[in-house]
Amino acid sequence: MIQVIAFYLFTFLMLCSAVSVIFARNPVHSVLWLILAFFNAAGLMVLVGAEFIAMLLVIVYVGAVAVLFLFVVMMLDIDFSEMRAGFIKNAPLGLLIAAVLLAELTLGVGAWKTGALQLGVASGTAAAPEGLSNTAAIGALLYTRYLFLFEAAGIILLVSMIGAIVLTHRQRSDTRGQNVGRQIARRPEEATVNVKPAVGQGVTL
Amino acid sequence: MELLRSLAITGTEEVLSISGLILLLAAAWGGDKASRAISIAAVAVLTVCAVLTAPALCQAAMGPGVSAWNGQFSGDAFAAFGKLLVYAGAAVTLIVAPAFFERDNAMRSEFPLLVLFAAMGMGMMVSATDMLALYIGLELNSLAAYVMAAFLRSDERSAEAGLKYFVLGSLASGILLYGISLTYGFTGSTSFAGIHVALAGPLSMGAVFGVVFVLAGLAFKVSAAPFHMWTPDVYEGAPTPVTTFFATAPKVAALGLLMRVSLFAFGAQPGVWQQIVIFVALLSIVIGALGAIGQDNIKRLLAYSSINNVGFMLIGLACANQAGAAAMLVYLAIYVAMSIAGFVAVLMLRDENGAPVESIAAMAGLSKTRPALALALAAVMFSLAGIPPLFGFWGKFVVFQAAVQAGLLTLAAIGIAASVIGAFYYIKVVKVMYFDEAADVVRGRSDVAQRVLLFVSVVAISPLGYLLTKSLGVLAGHAAAALFHIA
Repeated sequence: MIQVIAFYLFTFLMLCSAVSVIFARNPVHSVLWLILAFFNAAGLMVLVGAEFIAMLLVIVYVGAVAVLFLFVVMMLDIDFSEMRAGFIKNAPLGLLIAAVLLAELTLGVGAWKTGALQLGVASGTAAAPEGLSNTAAIGALLYTRYLFLFEAAGIILLVSMIGAIVLTHRQRSDTRGQNVGRQIARRPEEATVNVKPAVGQGVTL
Repeated sequence: MELLRSLAITGTEEVLSISGLILLLAAAWGGDKASRAISIAAVAVLTVCAVLTAPALCQAAMGPGVSAWNGQFSGDAFAAFGKLLVYAGAAVTLIVAPAFFERDNAMRSEFPLLVLFAAMGMGMMVSATDMLALYIGLELNSLAAYVMAAFLRSDERSAEAGLKYFVLGSLASGILLYGISLTYGFTGSTSFAGIHVALAGPLSMGAVFGVVFVLAGLAFKVSAAPFHMWTPDVYEGAPTPVTTFFATAPKVAALGLLMRVSLFAFGAQPGVWQQIVIFVALLSIVIGALGAIGQDNIKRLLAYSSINNVGFMLIGLACANQAGAAAMLVYLAIYVAMSIAGFVAVLMLRDENGAPVESIAAMAGLSKTRPALALALAAVMFSLAGIPPLFGFWGKFVVFQAAVQAGLLTLAAIGIAASVIGAFYYIKVVKVMYFDEAADVVRGRSDVAQRVLLFVSVVAISPLGYLLTKSLGVLAGHAAAALFHIA
């Protein structure tokens, strides 16, 4: 029963936040809604017993979203002082929600640890073998059955790296690069001189 | 043992990737000065791969004996046929590219590497018998292709072509992936054999949606109407050697993929996809023919011509039988020869400063200033139009023959009518070259490699090509038989 409630909760929240991603006027808010959508998707994955994918969603997308955040901040003209003012005003409410979430989390984990809450178990033809964690099962498949495709995916990443370098790297003649060898070879005696200029005459080098 | 067997069957991909990595190191150390040497080495690698591939085609390999990596890849005759055409297209690109880019000082030693990795991806595409393998091969090829389209960084049109190709290509990949996930969800398998078995039973609505999305994504990759919008812009904007590449190798790979997915994975339900293919084929033929009429850029014209030709090839697929598939492969091989001849001839159109000439008006009176080049271009145009003494006619003939035998009379009739419209603009180019006042713009000299390539490909599409019909028919028959060999 509790699983059904959790399923509908996660699904409802995910749909709402996905809609909000599109309708939010502030792109930063869109990104935050996106994070919420990912977290709820991760919750759904935990419910069906795919904990590895759930963790992947959280870990990878939080990283990706951080990058996305940077892009948004760099490319769009956003007034951050205005946002900060709103932050102070809404801080109590935000802290309250955070506290509620933390309490839920603690209660949920506590309930699961005492055995009151049963998580879903993967079933069907594609399910992981009995007694093997998701991570171990995926690893075993990735390095045996899908070895060739896994390596080919590596080549795809290599190609995209080559492409990025080919399209952006250029030799520029109008910049002065760093000559490490010359910098290291430089001695104090060559670089500094002691002079004693006469009063009112300045230094001639 | 199973591992060794699998490694042997996907041997060409391993050769391509390992030599690509070694050449990458050579490129890193040698810099752009080494690009010519690396191009030559890359052509040698492609030749080795072609030699490794050829036996499977000649021996008509098929069935579970040539299936590798738990049924994800197949080293059958069909894969070999596709790979040989892909390697030919890639090798031609590598041969013509250095001279073209060096004029703009834009040759980078990474170019041949991108071609090699793209060839690896295309090899995976034509031999894929699993949705995952299909997608990874497609992405490997596409990513390299996006970069190649934008390779002339200083040229705005090239950058535009690259960006346009990238954005639309990603969209198409997304559609394809969505279709794959639907198909997987409703059939419970990603392998083509598994999907074939699952679809043989009662058909669910979700699976139909999956089939439609997969076909839409693949139609984009073969540049069939209504997913053809990117083709003229990308073909025009991309550097001409890269356009040569796009018109040959990726087209072969994507068409091969489309054939294997339709005829093998979705082969149990031909009724579902046949009507889509017929619609796409007709629309491509008509849009390709009508769109080309107003063009004044020869590369744009050839782009519309490629849309048109894809339509004719899809008629072969619409037959949904072995004869149709064999006819389509024959057409595909002839089309690759025509494309190579056409684009190498376009590459040779240069003004006295060596800058490329692309406008059709500037080709006026070419028959008086450069008679041999004009003759070659005329042969290409007549062949693309499918006018009888030239070899292009044979491709159209076998495809229409297969369509009539499969009972698709209306489709064949409309196709033949539209090919008459198409003949108009091909012949217009010939008329400009032979009967108009000489513009005397094309003056540049071309190098030996281009002349040899042009000569060989024009001989292949000339009436002499008919000497090849028998062996081409046998090889295409082997490939089509492998496609229909359900393990």
